[in-house]
Amino acid sequence: MSARAWVAILSLLLPFALSACGEKAQVTVYKQGKYQGKPDGRPWDNERFKGDKVAWENAIKDRNQRQSEYSRE
Amino acid sequence: MARMKFLCDAERCIECNGCVTACKQEHEVPWGVNRRRVVTLNDGEPGERSISVACMHCSDAPCMAVCPVDCFYKTSEGVVLHDKDLCIGCGYCFYACPFGAPQFPQDGAFGMRGKMDKCTFCAGGPEPDNSEAEFRKYGRNRLAEGKLPACAEMCSTKALLGGDADVIANIYRDRVLKRGKGSEIWGWGTAYGKPEAPAQQPQPQPGGKS
Repeated sequence: MSARAWVAILSLLLPFALSACGEKAQVTVYKQGKYQGKPDGRPWDNERFKGDKVAWENAIKDRNQRQSEYSRE
Repeated sequence: MARMKFLCDAERCIECNGCVTACKQEHEVPWGVNRRRVVTLNDGEPGERSISVACMHCSDAPCMAVCPVDCFYKTSEGVVLHDKDLCIGCGYCFYACPFGAPQFPQDGAFGMRGKMDKCTFCAGGPEPDNSEAEFRKYGRNRLAEGKLPACAEMCSTKALLGGDADVIANIYRDRVLKRGKGSEIWGWGTAYGKPEAPAQQPQPQPGGKS
């Protein structure tokens, strides 16, 4: 078989031989504190509280205390 | 802000299922999906006890550990949430959860297992707060409105407490001190029963084989 025929055969087989090289790793690597999904905003970063964390915490504290009928006025 | 937790006072729960209804109504949860339910022990017998159960937003959540696509995350308030765009509905979280919290839609011709749904502590999910997309996928985001979960706030006897773990633990402690009972319903004895006397060994019969 001539050298040109070998080259032709190898060039035809090359795409098949390298087909797996373009694949990305599909194994999920879990990192503490991170996840693969979309990031979520904080509950005080919205139109109502406008980034005021203290106001949000006070609202939650107020609601928390309202669950105790002993401390209601 | 400390961790958000639920606490159900079994001395107060009257099995009215108001929490279940409030959750269903608030988030327009589809038929067949129960983010919250009331479990009754020794139903119909004197001394029966009921407790409202949903996702407990575990500090070391097993659902997070087993998820193969890593779609769970924990907010700074300790609420365990997940990304439904990433969930593949494999059900591993359901097997891992000791409370049976993960739910899967079962409607459709073939009883399909869709994307997992669970209690969000009324904190929505990874979409813009109070957006249409967030409501459609995760339900209402009451936490971003400065409110606590609907189930706890709707509870008529205030058996179900939700919120900052330290605060609700103090509320519960005050109750126990004032009414003088109830502390015994939490702990090892409740979960696993009282230690029993060791089983008696059968006495060898005279003349029998030992």
